[in-house]
Amino acid sequence: MSGVNSPALAVFGAIFVLVTGVGFVASRWRRGDLDQLHEWGLAGRRFGTAVTWFLLGGDLYTAYTFMAVPALVFGAGALGYFAVPYTVITYPFVFVVMPRMWSVSHKHGYITAADFVRGRFGSSSLALAIAVTGILATMPYIALQLVGIQVVLGAMGVEGTGWMADLPLIIAFVILAAYTYQGGLRAPALIAIVKDAIIYVTVIAAVVIVPLKLGGYAAIFQAVPAKKLLLTPPGPNDAGQYGAYASLALGSALALFLYPHSMTGVLSSSGRSVIRRNAAMLPAYSFLLALIAALGTMAIASGVEKNPAYAHGFARYHANFAVPALFLSAFPDWFAGFAFASIAVGALVPAAIMSIAASNLFTRNIYKEYLRPECHGKEEATVAKLVSLVVKFGALAFIVVGPAEYAIQLQLLGGVWILQTFPAIILGLYTRWLHRWALFAGWAAGMGVGTWMVAVQGFRGTVYPLHVGHSTWPAYAAVWALLANLAVAVFGSAVLVRAGVARGKDATHERDYGSW
Amino acid sequence: MPVRTVRSVGPTLRPARRAVWYSLLLAPFAGLLWVPFYNRVQPELAGIPYFYWYQFGWIGVSAAITAIVYFATRGDDEGK
Repeated sequence: MSGVNSPALAVFGAIFVLVTGVGFVASRWRRGDLDQLHEWGLAGRRFGTAVTWFLLGGDLYTAYTFMAVPALVFGAGALGYFAVPYTVITYPFVFVVMPRMWSVSHKHGYITAADFVRGRFGSSSLALAIAVTGILATMPYIALQLVGIQVVLGAMGVEGTGWMADLPLIIAFVILAAYTYQGGLRAPALIAIVKDAIIYVTVIAAVVIVPLKLGGYAAIFQAVPAKKLLLTPPGPNDAGQYGAYASLALGSALALFLYPHSMTGVLSSSGRSVIRRNAAMLPAYSFLLALIAALGTMAIASGVEKNPAYAHGFARYHANFAVPALFLSAFPDWFAGFAFASIAVGALVPAAIMSIAASNLFTRNIYKEYLRPECHGKEEATVAKLVSLVVKFGALAFIVVGPAEYAIQLQLLGGVWILQTFPAIILGLYTRWLHRWALFAGWAAGMGVGTWMVAVQGFRGTVYPLHVGHSTWPAYAAVWALLANLAVAVFGSAVLVRAGVARGKDATHERDYGSW
Repeated sequence: MPVRTVRSVGPTLRPARRAVWYSLLLAPFAGLLWVPFYNRVQPELAGIPYFYWYQFGWIGVSAAITAIVYFATRGDDEGK
């Protein structure tokens, strides 16, 4: 690739300016006192069904998801489609569980999941573990959103050397930081509406236009090598991919709403029924994601990898370049610019919400808990705003200074880690039989086992083949780690209860959780 | 020990009936997590292998099930 693709860049720039305008207007939308943390960080818990739908859709289906899912399909074939069962089964789970979280949080003014754990189990140490896990899992995720922007800028020929190479990224992030600081959660919520509109247009255009060029869907699937078309079944010498596929889907589905940015989306809604309705409506995005996964299959069939025009991009961005290359080859330049803008704006929304969620955690569960207990009101909100800046520029520095591989590896680990908060948060919504110290020990065991399983694979993959006797069970490391976590939590609770070690005080009451 | 009290106010379904409705939500888990159900090419739908259209189909089916359960148990959220 040589030279800048001007028509694409012009359309891209115009959309970026529009979105920036929307971001700055947002602080005046549904005006509230932005000097209060629940107004800045949860937009006053007033979002109805439609806004919550846009917000969660924009939040969960990130630019990186849109790049990584087809990239995985492009590289690994059918295995990459685990994103489909994953985003299907997560919603029945959310439908049942998250209304309880909303009710208890609304009643007690909880802003983070760690707030809830502190109230439920009366343990600020356990809450700290939950908060730190959330922040650790979120930081590399924010950094990866930047990788998404980098790839599409590269695809339009915007690449310099040294400092200049990162300048567009830095400008984009300074603007993002400014309107998030000013408007809080209102900014990404309003931008999410624009983001969704352009992303639906892009994807629908792609799944119509690309097959027309490649001779229809039947031709596309026929062009896929047999090895990539289906999962490898278990055989005498091969454990196959079934366990990996199902456990990746299940583990990711259970983990999705444990991420701080998902919790922020849930808690900013105006009621239980908003969450339940959204559980039935958010699969519209799952459908979009399935179509995006199919773009990976189309990229295999189209042979873009062998096109010398894209050799430079593939050399630089590897499989992440598959979808940008497909767009460049199938769309006119101006529409490729539109498509790339959808990915870049798709990076800004989650990056903003993630930084808000991480700063809520820091402010509530570290700063206020351990450093300044007397901090309230305006001071609390100010700290959160400043921390959101630190979080964003930390992520930016991470990408500018270090190689993108580190962020990718840390994000894989982040998924393993965040699932280890499941027993305290999700089981905690139903029972407090589990003892606070056993939950803490279980969390530590899960973090250790999960990290070790990913480390022994050189941080490249998260599927760990467990050897039991003569058989091998490959499954998502997060799920193995969760099993270890649960075993320690249950066994430890039985021992501690029998030994008469005191439970923490439960600040919540059964009726605070609503019906079911 | 946890304190047990009566459930919240408002018109609520009897727990047994609600459990029946909620159990429908297990269907997507069963249909998608047992991979041998669908790791096949045949039957194709307009040239699309079974593996793909079966899973895509579950997106709509699961959303419909969730919507049905929502409407059937809606009374529970009144006043919330």
